[in-house]
Amino acid sequence: MRIVVDFDLCESNAVCMQIAPDLFEVRDDDFLYILNETPGEADRSRVQECVQRCPKQAISIADD
Amino acid sequence: MTAAPSAVTIVGASLAGLNAAEALRREGFDGPVTLIGAEDHPPYDRPPLSKQVLAGDWEPDRAALTDAEELAADGIEARLGVRAAALDLAARELTLDGGETVAFDSLVIATGARCRTLAGTEELAGVHVLRSLDDCLALRADLEAAPQRVVVVGAGFIGAEVAATARGRGLEVTLVEALPTPLGRVLGDEMGRVCAEVHRDHGVDLRTGVGVDAVEGGDRVQRVRLSDGSSVDADVVVVGIGVICNTEWLEGSGLSIDDGVVCDATCLAAEGVVAAGDVARWPNELFGETMRVEHWDNAAQQGAHAARRLLDPAVGPFTPVPWFWSDQYDRKIQLAGRVRPDDEVRVVAGSVEERRFAAIYGRAGRITGVLGFNRPRHVMRYRAMIEQRASFQEALAANF
Repeated sequence: MRIVVDFDLCESNAVCMQIAPDLFEVRDDDFLYILNETPGEADRSRVQECVQRCPKQAISIADD
Repeated sequence: MTAAPSAVTIVGASLAGLNAAEALRREGFDGPVTLIGAEDHPPYDRPPLSKQVLAGDWEPDRAALTDAEELAADGIEARLGVRAAALDLAARELTLDGGETVAFDSLVIATGARCRTLAGTEELAGVHVLRSLDDCLALRADLEAAPQRVVVVGAGFIGAEVAATARGRGLEVTLVEALPTPLGRVLGDEMGRVCAEVHRDHGVDLRTGVGVDAVEGGDRVQRVRLSDGSSVDADVVVVGIGVICNTEWLEGSGLSIDDGVVCDATCLAAEGVVAAGDVARWPNELFGETMRVEHWDNAAQQGAHAARRLLDPAVGPFTPVPWFWSDQYDRKIQLAGRVRPDDEVRVVAGSVEERRFAAIYGRAGRITGVLGFNRPRHVMRYRAMIEQRASFQEALAANF
């Protein structure tokens, strides 16, 4: 599982950071950073919650 | 009716309704799902309507949340351009505009709200509200016609965003607010004053503590007369003075209506009937308070929660920390929690002067909310503390 963020859509609302602070971080420069692009399967449901709750639909999961 | 639903009918095809439909499928429900929407458009996202689409940066199709193919692929039958006119709970039947009746098994009510208007302006060209995609495109066309002055009535979040977008188009804007401080009843006077200053920083002619006595013109609006005796010439007027819940169709249905559809803590309004989004009023046990929330995030989360509740009576109460964002000029304003204007307010990061700060709200020893200006990281950290019912002292001592 690989986390994909469309940074053209991302508005740094930081919803993903609240759900999974170990995977996503909005830093003081107001940009989103992915802390771990390839989390394990155990994290899938949390990442799916991030996908669903992102106000800009900027997050997706690639299974490649 | 405690059995699992055999079919689900969703009335209201915006964010809450669509999220309900998608959640049903995500949870494995494989019965028929019907989505009934009053507008002709497939479900679309409203936040860009006061920003990117209104600014002309996006074409309207970028605001689409889904399309006919995706809905069909999920097995969601969309009936668009059809308004529900009445509900008969005992007969488990809906009546649509035009008289057609539709039997239902389980029901999601997500009919949202509509804008309040200024009485007497209905026939006057150039006077707008902003809620739907059609509203947005009509207003956009008027802004593209290079008006001399735009008057925005109401400096709430919609009015503020429209003012910001119109300034971004280089238009002269007068923003009229009846309260002495914009958003004073939401954020308190101190933070409301910051919002006022942001508008003035960007060249908006902000008039506070004045109401609108009349909107005048012939076929088209020409001026707005204010309660202080002044008047402002205007080619375009945008009215953002709040909303009214779309519950008229539920009168006499047996559901309890009180500025929204009254639900229990799980979003259940009656056996096999749930409500979600702007139209739902429910007791949020996290705050010990009955609320109705008009935010994007709430519509999405409550739609999904209500759908899960239909499928599984064991699904518990809906206890979110309300949260929203508003993009104005180059500022991202976010508010999380349930604040009152007389809560104690402390700036905990940055400064008001640089317009980049986080402020937390407290009442009765507990953190009740967080307001951020370009501080999304802080807002989400404090939002988590609100969710954990942290004390105001703990929140003040936190260092994010």
